[in-house]
Amino acid sequence: MRAFMKIFLLSLAALAVPAAAQDLAPDALVKNVTLEVVDLIAKDKEIKAGGRAKLVSVIEAKVLPHFNFTAMSALAMGQNWNKSSPEQKKRLTGEFRTLLVRTYASALAAYSEQRFDFRPLRAKATDTDVTVNVRVLQSGTQPVTLDYSMEKTANGWKVYDVMVGGVSLVANYRTEFANTVRASGIDGLIKDLQTKNRSQAEKK
Amino acid sequence: MRQVLAAMLLVLASACATTSGDELDPRDPWEGFNRGVFRFNDTFDEYLAKPVATAYRKALHQEIRSRVGNFFANVQDIFIGVNNFLQGKFEDGVNDWARFAFNSTFGLLGIHDVASEWGLEKHNEDFGQTFGRWGAPPGPYLVLPFLSSSTVRDGLGTAVDYAVAPLGEVRPINLRNSLYGIYLVNTRSELLEAGRILEEAALDKYVFQRDAYLQRRRSLIYDGRAPREKLE
Repeated sequence: MRAFMKIFLLSLAALAVPAAAQDLAPDALVKNVTLEVVDLIAKDKEIKAGGRAKLVSVIEAKVLPHFNFTAMSALAMGQNWNKSSPEQKKRLTGEFRTLLVRTYASALAAYSEQRFDFRPLRAKATDTDVTVNVRVLQSGTQPVTLDYSMEKTANGWKVYDVMVGGVSLVANYRTEFANTVRASGIDGLIKDLQTKNRSQAEKK
Repeated sequence: MRQVLAAMLLVLASACATTSGDELDPRDPWEGFNRGVFRFNDTFDEYLAKPVATAYRKALHQEIRSRVGNFFANVQDIFIGVNNFLQGKFEDGVNDWARFAFNSTFGLLGIHDVASEWGLEKHNEDFGQTFGRWGAPPGPYLVLPFLSSSTVRDGLGTAVDYAVAPLGEVRPINLRNSLYGIYLVNTRSELLEAGRILEEAALDKYVFQRDAYLQRRRSLIYDGRAPREKLE
């Protein structure tokens, strides 16, 4: 009976999440998701022992719904985005997503034991494009800043860029993407991303 | 040392020969040369610096490595303060010197960062940033042997950083050299994760590192409040 109650409550909670995420202010959303994921990592023996597959699955479930990967790909592609076919856009977004998730997983695994400082949001209630500032505090060095660029959509606030220590992830891929497209076209870039993703997956 | 320089010149000459005809990034007109030094650094890192840093990390507990890092970080607070004064940020400069005073005494020669716990935050400043604050443009991107990513402005800044560094005043010379050695190994060991993430994230490591460096320096000069470059 107790097991049943637990399942029942859990499913209620699961139902409640999407609605809550839609109403949540962007800074509250970032805080909740970060603390939840860090807490999950801290409690999970498998992840702590270096289980990357598990970590990636946690990120897929908890973090990804709040990212807009199409917007991220479009920004990283710049002018080349409009030259891509719908099929190319889809494949590119998929590969870029895999790459970003893996990078994010590595970064989280490296910094999960630090303390976080969630900065109050400086934005008007009517703003639809805001930056949420978080700082990772560590003894002996300057705090690392994490700035999430977020946009309001019909499905709640979505992240379209992350700046780590002032380095925008999306901007950082711009030159790489532009160079590859210039040398070997949009399909060449998709192929390069695939190769990269595959070689990293094999390493694990 | 002579052989190292000769080997480097060889690497550079071959690099310059292989990368002509590519479209150049206006921020990086010396890309051929830079890629040569980058490759040299990478080889040096792979066969010497990284293995040593990895062994160091395995040999010493995190607690001890963190104390070692704190010791050097504390010495650096003196000139972080000087740079804040030179940039007209007096409150920050006083903060840095207070950090040095507290950490050197209550923190036992800096091995404990008590100042951070008392709310005196660590800053990141150097002469390259001060020159930038004074209006000096970065100039062309430059990869320095062993020290990696820089620009003409930041390279000059680094030269001043080293010239005034208190560590350079330590005598006898072999003690100074040992301190430098520990400092370099400890610093490299703190960057092992970042290096792995870079490997995972980049399609072209050279380009990824260069763009990240240039973005990072711009952000540091503005103390993290750089006007956002709008992407479209």
